[in-house]
Amino acid sequence: MSPKKQRRLAFAAALLVAGVAGAALIVVALRDNVLFFYSPSDLVANPVSPGQTFRIGGLVETGSVVRDQGLEITFKVTDGKASVPVRYVGALPDLFREGQGVVALGSRQPDGVFTAREVLAKHDETYMPPEVVDALKRSGRWEEGAPAKGGL
Amino acid sequence: MTGELGQLALCLALALSLAQSFGGLWGPLKNDYRLMAMSRGAALGVFVFSALAFGALTFAYVTSDFSVLAVAQNSHTAKPLIYKISGVWGNHEGSMLLWLLILSLYSAAIATFKAGGERLSAQALGVQGLIAISFLLFVLLTSNPFERLFPQPFEGEGLNPLLQDPGLAFHPPLLYLGYVGMSATFAYAVAALLEARNDAAWVRAARPYALTAWTALTLGIAAGSWWAYYTLGWGGFWFWDPVENASLMPWIVATALLHSMMATERSGAFKSWTLLLSIAAFSFSLIGTFLVRSGVITSVHAFASDPARGVFILLILFVSVAVPLTLFAWRAPKLSPGAAFETLSRETGILINNLVLTVAAVAVLIGTLFPLLNRTISVGAPYYNTVVLSFAAILAIVVPFGPILAWRRGNLGAALYTLRFAAAAAAVAVVATIAIASPGSARGLLAVGLGVWLIAGSISDLARRAGSLRRIGLLPLGAFSVALAHGGLGVTAIGVAGTTVWKSELIRILKPGESAALGGYMLRLDGTEQVQGPNYVADRVSISLLKDGKVVTVVYPEKRSFPTEKMVTTDASIRSNGLEDMYITLGDKREDGGWAVTAYVNPMAPFIWLGAVIAALGGMLGLAVKIRRALGARAGAPAGAKGAVT
Repeated sequence: MSPKKQRRLAFAAALLVAGVAGAALIVVALRDNVLFFYSPSDLVANPVSPGQTFRIGGLVETGSVVRDQGLEITFKVTDGKASVPVRYVGALPDLFREGQGVVALGSRQPDGVFTAREVLAKHDETYMPPEVVDALKRSGRWEEGAPAKGGL
Repeated sequence: MTGELGQLALCLALALSLAQSFGGLWGPLKNDYRLMAMSRGAALGVFVFSALAFGALTFAYVTSDFSVLAVAQNSHTAKPLIYKISGVWGNHEGSMLLWLLILSLYSAAIATFKAGGERLSAQALGVQGLIAISFLLFVLLTSNPFERLFPQPFEGEGLNPLLQDPGLAFHPPLLYLGYVGMSATFAYAVAALLEARNDAAWVRAARPYALTAWTALTLGIAAGSWWAYYTLGWGGFWFWDPVENASLMPWIVATALLHSMMATERSGAFKSWTLLLSIAAFSFSLIGTFLVRSGVITSVHAFASDPARGVFILLILFVSVAVPLTLFAWRAPKLSPGAAFETLSRETGILINNLVLTVAAVAVLIGTLFPLLNRTISVGAPYYNTVVLSFAAILAIVVPFGPILAWRRGNLGAALYTLRFAAAAAAVAVVATIAIASPGSARGLLAVGLGVWLIAGSISDLARRAGSLRRIGLLPLGAFSVALAHGGLGVTAIGVAGTTVWKSELIRILKPGESAALGGYMLRLDGTEQVQGPNYVADRVSISLLKDGKVVTVVYPEKRSFPTEKMVTTDASIRSNGLEDMYITLGDKREDGGWAVTAYVNPMAPFIWLGAVIAALGGMLGLAVKIRRALGARAGAPAGAKGAVT
């Protein structure tokens, strides 16, 4: 092999190694950071082990929101069939309201309470997160023809 | 009446688009220069009629003509004028019309400047015409902005209050100017394939469009992130939301494209790759449009989901990828190979740039599309932070070498020697950060070090070109283009690191008269008053910032309630000294007059957007040099600004 060819080969090999390393990084990062979504019924049927991070969604149960003197707030997320108690410390998004759709990110404590790290807000109040819609449909609580208006 | 006029204008634009693509594609085939001229005329006509349609819709918004469905759904008589106008593109139908208007603007530019000669530019216009036909059909069939509403309501439903913001008024037009601009480079690439000529000619013609698009996209993304920062009240500036990713992916590919175009034009390397990348860049724009407009993926942005629209855009996407690739395969035997280069050369730098950026774009795409497999899965921000930031770090290490290494055969030793001060500056910055602030995290320190490395590397390169640091001022303006783009990246890196790693945070319930400490300040809640805005009522809370017992400034964050839209928003207060932001926002109101107050001190936050503006300035300078050269060439004068962007 001529030196020129050799150099080319080394070059191609380096590219290949870089490509494989990149792909490996993507796969590993993806595996570690995929979040699953559960509805309250899912959780009751298959309890997730405490400490594992996931997302939960449904409607904020009417009358379940309790604020303490500080920043702690507890409420229940329901899909009509089951409900899960949620605890959150911090400022809630403006669109958080009883009876509205909500998605929370966090993990379950040994006592069964879901401790939310993040409570997701949507930009538009008439908008319902699709996962929540799916969950409500599965529990038979979704009414077709509900508002679906778009913002930007 | 204006509704019908707008509709008519769109139909005429469609007819003219047919003429534009026919003349542009058939003319060169038959060597008929009259057909090519017709294509150019038609392109100007499409622009005029698109502008008329857009004007008609704007008129309907400004006059609150609620017989037009889109106006009734998105506007309100009590809305300030600027938001009536920005409301035109604050919804699906209007934003697609804006898409179309900008597409026709690029066509009009191609028709006017005829870059690359009559044949090549005519073929590019032909392709642009086909894209215009697809999108005109899309607008007319699935998202007609002029659809009537009967009976006409007395009042509109209003625009989402979060969108009633000056930052957002300009964000979509800039963004579209960016990713629709990729259609022009795409059109030139397809034209080159039609001509079976992959030399530098088409690249020279298309590069100004790529530069324009990249600059606008940079500014558009920055405007969107700035808007998110000050209106969403989370103190964050980027959320890896699918809609944000939709604009980031075309930006990443456009950045790769700009570099590979430079190599193809200057040294003849990567000829075929540049063609493919142009096709990819526009495909990513279409993917972005698809993600944003079809509503297939959950996003914090609210979108109407309409499967018909999604399918239509997917169809356009499929054709725009499949046809050029088939054409490429067919033309491949006739295409000339790229020029060879040594392992140590600027081309290698650009190769690494392209490799890393392409993989990064794919990584973002995978993360964004992953939830399509199963809706109960989502990809968290840590995925993007790990992957994209790793790639960004690798790239940042290499970037300063690029402009220093010569084309074809570079000298690494000399480059290292040039960059010795930059390396020292980066090391000093890391040590200084540990000493002044706190170690923070390894990631943060790496970002600060690399940020300074990029900025100092750019300065070192300028000094090398000028002969010494003092003579940098004597360099021609064009020489600053690359330095600004790379340096801007460094400035942004420092801002991102400061804001994410070194921010301090306070969440506390404050009753009137109570105070809390944060970042060397005392925050004292003084009281709340009710204020009336143009279309909202607000609780305005006054909070004094004290330093050493003295009031430095008073801020007034607001909780606004919009009766029309039945929505509550929070208007955060941001006090910036240029190096650090004090960010104060409100949570819930308590019965005893107290408020849940959230405050952040975000060190270096303004640098995030400052860096983007600096980089965009670099893009504008590069464009100015190109335009000046083109004008000089047209006037027969020797090309000006020699050695500007070497």
